[in-house]
Amino acid sequence: MAEQVAGHFESLPRQAHAARLGMWIFLGTEVLLFAGLFVLYAAYRTEHPHGFAVGVENNTVVWGSVNTGVLLVSSYTIALAVHELRRGKQRACALLVATTIFLGMCFLAIKTGEYLEHFRVGLYPGGVGTFYRDHGEAGTKMFFTLYFCMTGLHAIHVVVGTAVLAFLLTKVLRRQISERAPHPLAIGAIYWHLVDVIWIFLWPLFYLIPGGNP
Amino acid sequence: MTTIDAGVVPVPRELAPRRETYLNVAHTVKSWALTTDHKRIGVLYLVTTVLMLALGGSFALLLRTHLLTPAGALMDSYAYNRTFTMHGIVMVWLFMIPSIPAAFGNFLLPIMIGAKDVAFPRLNLLSYYIYLVGALWVIIALWMGGCDTGWTFYTPYSAHSPSAVVPTVFGIFILGWSTIATGVNFIVTVHTMRARGVTWFRMPLFVWAIYGTSVIQTLATPVLAISLCIVGIDNWFDWGLFDPARGGDPVLYQHLFWFYSHPAVYIMILPAMGVFSEVVPTFSHKNPASYNAIAYSTLGIAFVGFATWGHHMFVAGMSLFDAAAFGVLSMLVAIFSAIKVFTWVLTMRRGSVVIRTPMIYFLAFLFLFVFGGMTGVATATESLDVHWHDTYFVVAHFHFIMVGGTLTAWLAALHYWFPKITGRMYSERWGTVAATLVFAGFFITFFPQFLLGNGGMPRRYATYASAYQPLHVISTVGSWILGASMLMTLGYLLVALFTGERAGNNPWDSRSYEWYTPSPPPKHNFEKEPRFELDPYDYTVPAERMHG
Repeated sequence: MAEQVAGHFESLPRQAHAARLGMWIFLGTEVLLFAGLFVLYAAYRTEHPHGFAVGVENNTVVWGSVNTGVLLVSSYTIALAVHELRRGKQRACALLVATTIFLGMCFLAIKTGEYLEHFRVGLYPGGVGTFYRDHGEAGTKMFFTLYFCMTGLHAIHVVVGTAVLAFLLTKVLRRQISERAPHPLAIGAIYWHLVDVIWIFLWPLFYLIPGGNP
Repeated sequence: MTTIDAGVVPVPRELAPRRETYLNVAHTVKSWALTTDHKRIGVLYLVTTVLMLALGGSFALLLRTHLLTPAGALMDSYAYNRTFTMHGIVMVWLFMIPSIPAAFGNFLLPIMIGAKDVAFPRLNLLSYYIYLVGALWVIIALWMGGCDTGWTFYTPYSAHSPSAVVPTVFGIFILGWSTIATGVNFIVTVHTMRARGVTWFRMPLFVWAIYGTSVIQTLATPVLAISLCIVGIDNWFDWGLFDPARGGDPVLYQHLFWFYSHPAVYIMILPAMGVFSEVVPTFSHKNPASYNAIAYSTLGIAFVGFATWGHHMFVAGMSLFDAAAFGVLSMLVAIFSAIKVFTWVLTMRRGSVVIRTPMIYFLAFLFLFVFGGMTGVATATESLDVHWHDTYFVVAHFHFIMVGGTLTAWLAALHYWFPKITGRMYSERWGTVAATLVFAGFFITFFPQFLLGNGGMPRRYATYASAYQPLHVISTVGSWILGASMLMTLGYLLVALFTGERAGNNPWDSRSYEWYTPSPPPKHNFEKEPRFELDPYDYTVPAERMHG
C-alpha cells in the first residue's frame, strides 16, 4: 500500500475505503475468535461461581491494573500519531508511534513478570502446581487455565500489533506514509485499539469482579 | 428460439490465434507461483482442490470396499476410524469449502462485477499459500498415521486420542485463516469494486451467492479456529479445558464446533445454489422467475443458518424448549431453500430449455437436493432425530446435500465455465454420459444408506451385522460407478483442454456479465472498458446487443 493508487482501483479514496472496510471486517473476525473463549468463561463461571471468585481474589490485581493504564495510554498515543500525521507533522507522528511501540513492550514485560510470579507460587495452566493444594476447586483450576489462554492469546495480539506498528514506523520515517495517504497508519491504529478494547474486557473479568461469596 | 450449437459459433478471425490472454501472457513457473491475477489464482485453487477431491475420494472408495463384508474386508477398526476421519476432513476443509468459492468465485467474481481484480490481490495470493500450508499439515498428519476422532473432534476422546490430532487441527486452524482472508477479500470487492452500471440488484446471482458465503466464512470460521486450538492444546498439553474434573464441559465443545460447522454446511451449499442460478436462466434462455427471491433467500440462509446449530445435539443433553426452537429454525432454512428451488423450476417454465451437461447436473441436483432437503426437515424434528441420530440415515442425508448438492454443482460449474476458463469446448457426448453415470452412481451409493440407517445401522462402524450386507454391497457397487464416472470426467476434460474446439466469447448464448469478455479473458479481464447497459438476465434482446 504505497502512496500511488493500485492499478485495479479507480481512485485513492476508493482504495483507502476498501482498506478500511477490510480491516473492520477483519476486526470482526478477531472479536469472534476471542468470543469463543469468552463463551467458555461465561459458561464455566456460571457453573462454578465460587471457584472463579477464589481465582479473582488470588490474581495479581496491581500489575494487571498497571498494565491496563499502560495500554490505555498507548491507545491515546497512537490516536494522536494519526492526528499529527493528518496535519503533516511527520516527526511528531513518528515519535508517537515509537512511544506506542515502547508502551506495547512495557505491557509485554509486565505480563511476563506476572506469569513468572504465577509460576513462583506454583500456579500453572491445566490445574497443575502446588497452588492448587490449598485451592483445589475445579472452578479455580478452570479460572486460571482460561486466564492463561485468554491473556496469552491477547499477548500474542500485542506482539503482532507491535510488529505491525514497527513496520509502519519505518514507512513513516521514509515518508512512504504521509498526510497525502495516511490510511495505512490509521488502519494499523484501529487494530491497536482493538487489542486495547479486548484487554478492557479481560481486566475486570480476571482481576476485578470476584462475584457473590468468595 | 433455436438451440445453440457450440461448435458453429463463429470465432472472429482477428481474435483467434494471437490474442493475449491471462493464460499466454507469461509461461514461466514463477509467473504462476507469484501471480496476483485472480484468474490464475482461481485456476491454482481449481487444480489443488481437484487433487484433494481425488485424495478424499480414494478414502471413500477404500471405506466402501471395506464394507463389502460384515467383518470388514480391508482393514482393522483403528485404520477404518482413521480413514473415515481423514475422508471427512479432506472432503470438508480441503475440497468442499474452497471448491466453488475459492476456485470459481476467484475466477468469476471480479469479472462478473466488471472489476480488474479483487480488492486485495496480494492477500488473495497469500490466502492460496495459507491454504497450501494448511493442506500440507493435514497431509503431514496423514503421514503420521492420520487422526481417528471423526471430523468433528468431539471431546473428551479428542483430548486423549493417541492418533495425530495435533497436526490435523493445526492444519485446519491454518486453513481457517485462508478461508477468512478470502471471505474478507470478496466482501470488500463486492462493496467497493463494482463497475458503473453494476448496482447491487444487477449483480449476477452467482455474486450474491459468493457474497453470502463470504459473510458466513468470515463470521463462523474464527470460532472454529479457537475451538480447534483448544482441542489441540488439550491433546498436546493436557490443559483440560473441556475436562469436567477441572471445571470443563464437553457439551460446550459441541456447541462451539457446530456454531461453525453448521453454517459451514451453507458455505458448501450457497455457492452451489449460485452456480445453478446462473446455469438455469442461461439454458432456459429466460430471466429468473424472481431475481429478488433468489438474492434475498441467499441472505436469509446466510443469517438464519447461524441459529440452527443445536439440531446436531438433540441427544447430547438439551432442554425441550431449546430443541424445539432449533428444530423450527432449521426448518426455516428449508423454506428459503424451497423458494430457490421453485424459482429455478418456474424459470424453466415456458423457457427455451436446452439440455447440455450443466443442465443435466441441474436436473440431478433438483432431485437429490430436494430429497436431501426433505430428509433434513425430517431429521430436524427431534422425535425422529432421536431414532436416526448416529445412523446411516444421517450419513445418507448429508451426502445427498453435500455430494448430490455441492458436488453436482461443482461439476456443473466445471462444465459451464470450462469454455470461459480454457477457451475450449469439452465433448458434449462424453459429458452427457458422465453426468448420467454420476447421478446413477450417487443414487445407488447413498439411497440404500437411508434404508440401512432406518433399519438401525450405526454410522462409523467398521463391522456390521450380516443382515445389512445386501444393502451395503449395493452401496459399494454404486461408489465404484461414482468413482469411475469421476475418472471419466477428468479424462475427457483433460483431452478437451488440449484438443477441444475453440469456444467463442459466449458459447452458451448467455447474457450474464462474464460472457462479455473473450474466452479465455485477457489479463485485465476486459479488452475495453465494459458497459453494462443490459440486465444480466435480459433475454428479450439478441446477444449481439451485449457489446453495444
